[in-house]
Amino acid sequence: MIAIRFLSPVQQRFDKLGVVIAALGLFALYAQPFLASRANRIVPGEPLMIWQAPGAGGWPMMAALTIAFGVLLFRTAPIVRLGTASAALLGLAIAVGLGASSVLSPGDSFARISPGSGFWLMGFALALAATDGLARLRLGPVARLGVLVAVIVAVVAILASGIWDDLAAMREYQSRSAAFWRELNTHLFLAFGAVGAAIVVGVPVGIVCYSLPKVRGAVLGVLNIVQTIPSIALFGLLIAPMAWIGANIPGASALGIAGIGVAPAFVALFAYSLLPMVSNTVVGLEGVPRDASEAARGMGMTGAQRMAEILLPLAFPVILTGIRIVLVQNIGLAVIAGLIGGGGLGIFVFQGIAQTAMPLVLLGAIPAVAMAFTAAIILDAGVELSRKGIA
Amino acid sequence: MRIVLVLRLIVLALLVAFIIAPQGFAPLFAPLTRFDAPPIYTQTSILSLTLSHLGIVAVATLAATVIAVGFAILVTRPFGEEFLPLSRAVANIGQTFPPVAVLALAVPVLGFGTGPTLVALFLYGLLPIFENALTALTGLSPAVREAARGSGMTGWQRLVQVELPLAFPVILAGIRLSAVISLSTATIGSTVAARTLGEVIIAGLLSGNTAFVLQGGLVVGALAVLIHDGFVAFESLVTRRTGGAARDFETSVS
Repeated sequence: MIAIRFLSPVQQRFDKLGVVIAALGLFALYAQPFLASRANRIVPGEPLMIWQAPGAGGWPMMAALTIAFGVLLFRTAPIVRLGTASAALLGLAIAVGLGASSVLSPGDSFARISPGSGFWLMGFALALAATDGLARLRLGPVARLGVLVAVIVAVVAILASGIWDDLAAMREYQSRSAAFWRELNTHLFLAFGAVGAAIVVGVPVGIVCYSLPKVRGAVLGVLNIVQTIPSIALFGLLIAPMAWIGANIPGASALGIAGIGVAPAFVALFAYSLLPMVSNTVVGLEGVPRDASEAARGMGMTGAQRMAEILLPLAFPVILTGIRIVLVQNIGLAVIAGLIGGGGLGIFVFQGIAQTAMPLVLLGAIPAVAMAFTAAIILDAGVELSRKGIA
Repeated sequence: MRIVLVLRLIVLALLVAFIIAPQGFAPLFAPLTRFDAPPIYTQTSILSLTLSHLGIVAVATLAATVIAVGFAILVTRPFGEEFLPLSRAVANIGQTFPPVAVLALAVPVLGFGTGPTLVALFLYGLLPIFENALTALTGLSPAVREAARGSGMTGWQRLVQVELPLAFPVILAGIRLSAVISLSTATIGSTVAARTLGEVIIAGLLSGNTAFVLQGGLVVGALAVLIHDGFVAFESLVTRRTGGAARDFETSVS
């Protein structure tokens, strides 16, 4: 009994998740390389511990990170956990940039310094802690958007300050900044354009499927099968028909339709987007309470009026959920377009894989992941707000 | 319904025939080639690529099932409660990660070949299974939980005899989602030299041979449709059986 009474307050003082995070973080800090240094782009890296990179902040930085992991070990208020983890993440982001600059000999344009496994593991542990703090705070949609804006401002500020300029991925960016922005544009055009087209086509098709149950099975069946075709195959299969259309239909090539380029990727993403759009429209419309629809009929509304003024507005949150699914999926799938000459950030990912140049892969993958996250957070908040608006 | 079944059997028969004797289909694919390119991919046998593809997906999905269900059980026990909010958030955020990015980021750690593909499929496959298992285990009606507790079952008995059987159909749906996504994503693994059917598609893209792209895509698509349907059939069977079991349970309590 005494032992149990003695143990329970101790157990209550420690946060179980904090124990995992602190163990992972301290292991990464003291036993894993913080940076990897390479004499040129493609040779294997030399590991550098955090104390071997003077610019990373030396022992004060290590002490600060140790204290942060120590704080996370204990059971504290969610806001304290979030604050500690965010501050540590910010410190880590600055330390990795300054550390990289400090180990680079001046004027050496061949050497490449990348973040090492220690940095990534600490970043992962701290991101988990921050996510845990956020999840426990149970923020509303507007507050979540505020956090998103704060994170974006911090990242843009670090990028603008030039702290990261000596990191390998940023070196890759500097040598192809024009191409980066061009491909980013293409990527956004592919992802958003295909979603836009899918909304314009999918919502009316969904309305037809809702009104005519006989059509529904056939349409959803066909769209379901489209989803099972692997993305690289669908992208590839569209090259030939697109080339034919570009060559044979007047005006098509003026619109940029050709076998190589954006057109096959755009059509493939559109095809993948249709199923979630159509099925969410149908589910949303079916979820409208019968009373609402009956009341509208009683007021003498025509079918079209009921659809436009009652059914669609009430189904909107579910349709918006469909848009969220499709947009996040498209931002990821548009990476594959890089494989078939369709452009987008995938170009850097696949070039990087081919050259085994990881920083180049990161230059393509990190913006794509960041955009998918951002889109998911914004649209999730939008879905929640629109549900509240209806309720 | 019967037509659908017949269609499925035809798809299955065509698929098996193509995998075993692809050369028999050469005349069908010949019109898609140009400059006398071969209509059927022969560098590696389609059969061995299909088996390797299915093997990678099966291993990744099985491992993902064990870990994801295990973790979902852990965070829904009193011991793991502290991990619950984070697990929900991670399952939600993680699914916004593009599969290609997971694959590309696995290469530096694991090198080229089947390894990174297996790991990427495993990591990506965890999330739908975990999310479904979590939904199923946290969504059980309190009445069932209380009844199980009241009938004197221990925590372990409640888990094995009540919670898991009732959650099983929903967990199965998660496994289905994960397996179908993995089947398609595994083709991208061939960009990092994994032995999957993606090899056929990529060979077609590189040599401008639409016949290769089409046959690779069709085989993967047919596999996905059949596996999807197989899971759906199994799920409805299980739901009927657990539905019955749940009713039996209720009557035995009352």
